[in-house]
Amino acid sequence: MYGQVYVKNNHYRLKGAFHHLTPNTPIRNADDEWKLMGVTNPRDMTYIHSYGGEAVFFESLSKGKLMATRCDNSDCETKGTIHIPFRIHCPDCLGKNTAIDLTDLAKKTAKIHTFMVCERSGAFNVLDKPIKFINIEFDGVATILMSYLAIGDPVFGMRVVPIFKTSGPTFTILDLSWVPAGTAPELLPEGFSF
Amino acid sequence: MITFSKQQLKIPKLQRPVYLVTAGQSKFDRAFPGKRTEELCVDAFTMAAGLLDISPAELKRSIHSCYYGHFADHFGDQLLGESVIHDRLGLDPLGNVGVKTGGATGGSTLWEAMKAVASGYSDCVLAMGWERMDEVPTDEGNFLISCAADKDWESPLGHIYTGYYAVMAQRYWQIFGKAEDSFRKTLAEISVKHHGYARFNPFAQSPMKITVDDVLKSPVVAFPLRALDCCLMSVGAACAILCDEDTAIKLTGNSKNKPLRIWVGAGSHTLRPADRRHMDIPLLPHEKADLYADLEEKFPGGGRYPGFTGFLAARMAAYYGYGMAGITDPMEDLDVIELHDAFTISDVQTYEDIGLRPYGYGRDYVESGDCYHTNPHTGKPGKLPSNLSGGLIGCMHAVGATGIMQTFEIATHIWNRWAEIHGDEKLWKEFDRKKPADWTNLQVEGAKRGLAISHAGVGSHVTATILNDPDHLLKKDA
Repeated sequence: MYGQVYVKNNHYRLKGAFHHLTPNTPIRNADDEWKLMGVTNPRDMTYIHSYGGEAVFFESLSKGKLMATRCDNSDCETKGTIHIPFRIHCPDCLGKNTAIDLTDLAKKTAKIHTFMVCERSGAFNVLDKPIKFINIEFDGVATILMSYLAIGDPVFGMRVVPIFKTSGPTFTILDLSWVPAGTAPELLPEGFSF
Repeated sequence: MITFSKQQLKIPKLQRPVYLVTAGQSKFDRAFPGKRTEELCVDAFTMAAGLLDISPAELKRSIHSCYYGHFADHFGDQLLGESVIHDRLGLDPLGNVGVKTGGATGGSTLWEAMKAVASGYSDCVLAMGWERMDEVPTDEGNFLISCAADKDWESPLGHIYTGYYAVMAQRYWQIFGKAEDSFRKTLAEISVKHHGYARFNPFAQSPMKITVDDVLKSPVVAFPLRALDCCLMSVGAACAILCDEDTAIKLTGNSKNKPLRIWVGAGSHTLRPADRRHMDIPLLPHEKADLYADLEEKFPGGGRYPGFTGFLAARMAAYYGYGMAGITDPMEDLDVIELHDAFTISDVQTYEDIGLRPYGYGRDYVESGDCYHTNPHTGKPGKLPSNLSGGLIGCMHAVGATGIMQTFEIATHIWNRWAEIHGDEKLWKEFDRKKPADWTNLQVEGAKRGLAISHAGVGSHVTATILNDPDHLLKKDA
């Protein structure tokens, strides 16, 4: 059983296996009588990571909502600035930001600021290759979100709309993806919806 | 919008002059199955002592505190790696501290070392950096590197750092490169240059005689970046010794090394490029207030700063560094530079950030021939040669050591010892590398001042290390 965690009384409760034992093996030199050079150190671990004040963002993706934050501190010189990625605190006044629903604005104004097509990946990647990275700008938002395009080929300025993995969510940033505006619902990848 | 207070723009003032007296480095390679990290660090330290014509034991007796740059504990699978190296160098019980700022770790290590001497805490310090990137296969290495991005918002997107630079390359190419094929070729020329210069450097991991076509036909990693646009994954160590004036004179008494004045400036910006809000471009000393007034008009889409096309951290590091050293125009005041060419695109971006060219015109630094040891158009010395070591693309990127390797390279030019060290037949043999028949002396004649840029993440940390022959200072109170 994979390692699983829940919180009870503000403590983590753990179930299942969080690491797996694999034996060390010697590294030997084929060019020098198979003398010992070193040893492998296998390790398979599961980390326990808190989303803290960002948890609402990742939970909302599974419900088809894109959340952002806004500084509403009247004393802040950048009051009204909207941030996505979600920032728990305003980077200027450090006041607690207000979580806001950006879904409608994203559907109406999101467009590709820049992009790239990635043919390779690091280990543990779960996205299909080539990965189409896109950086998305929104009207009235100070920041530019990094994500990926699920369908079609990216171009500068292309209008895109968010899609959400509402069926079988991973509760990671991969639950958010984008498609060109006007994409038919039946074309969306499995588990995703508008 | 980022705005600066007067206090934040203060040019740092050292309490006393700081000198770099020697430096050294190991061989750099993709893997060292036969050597532990400590052996590589001892190699670097022994070389540094050798350049002073003293023994390692003699050099150790001058050291008062130590600064260790080692970026990725998870790569070497050793927490407190600094302690391992410190113990093996036999420098206990002196105080030591580890420094970690991603790709800028080497430069940041020098930054800390400089401050220790400038403050009077120590009269002589060791700055040593290393990285061990051969303990996992390459794809897992790429995963580990991607952990330097935001683990919730960025890393899961492919676990490949090249991708985070490729979006910058794409934007820069479209806006400032005007989507021209010629701009892509200019990027490729950088790779040709750096792999080419690596051929004359016995320490270098990836010497190659290649063409622009070779680069453009190399496998795509993250379009538009290809394999030959990317830096190396390396193992190796580099070190430098920084001192106050009295110690510097004492230590260099029997050596060809001249004590060099050193300043290090540092800047930063958000880890996630996504968070970079638009702001006015901070100006360097030689840039006039209206220089960028029509940037958006000249390059539609280029008005957003730093956006995905500039590195604010590099600009700030240069601002502080230039201010300390008295540099008013880097193209005129500097003789040789080493830039953090993690990718060909970031090399071009940095030309603009540090003021070699105005924003939008970085490509001209390459196309004019100014960046070469010998300008290919004129056959005369390049105006400001860059990355004669081969840089991160041709020489190495053993992360914690990189900024120190760059500084070592700059120092060899100012000492006028580049050919003696890089042409040394014994060294080529010891490293089991073949010295090319057309080996060329890349010594920059008469070099008095140089700069090394050390850079992390997608511009999260940057340092600017400046070395200066003390007989050719630009300002008296520097």
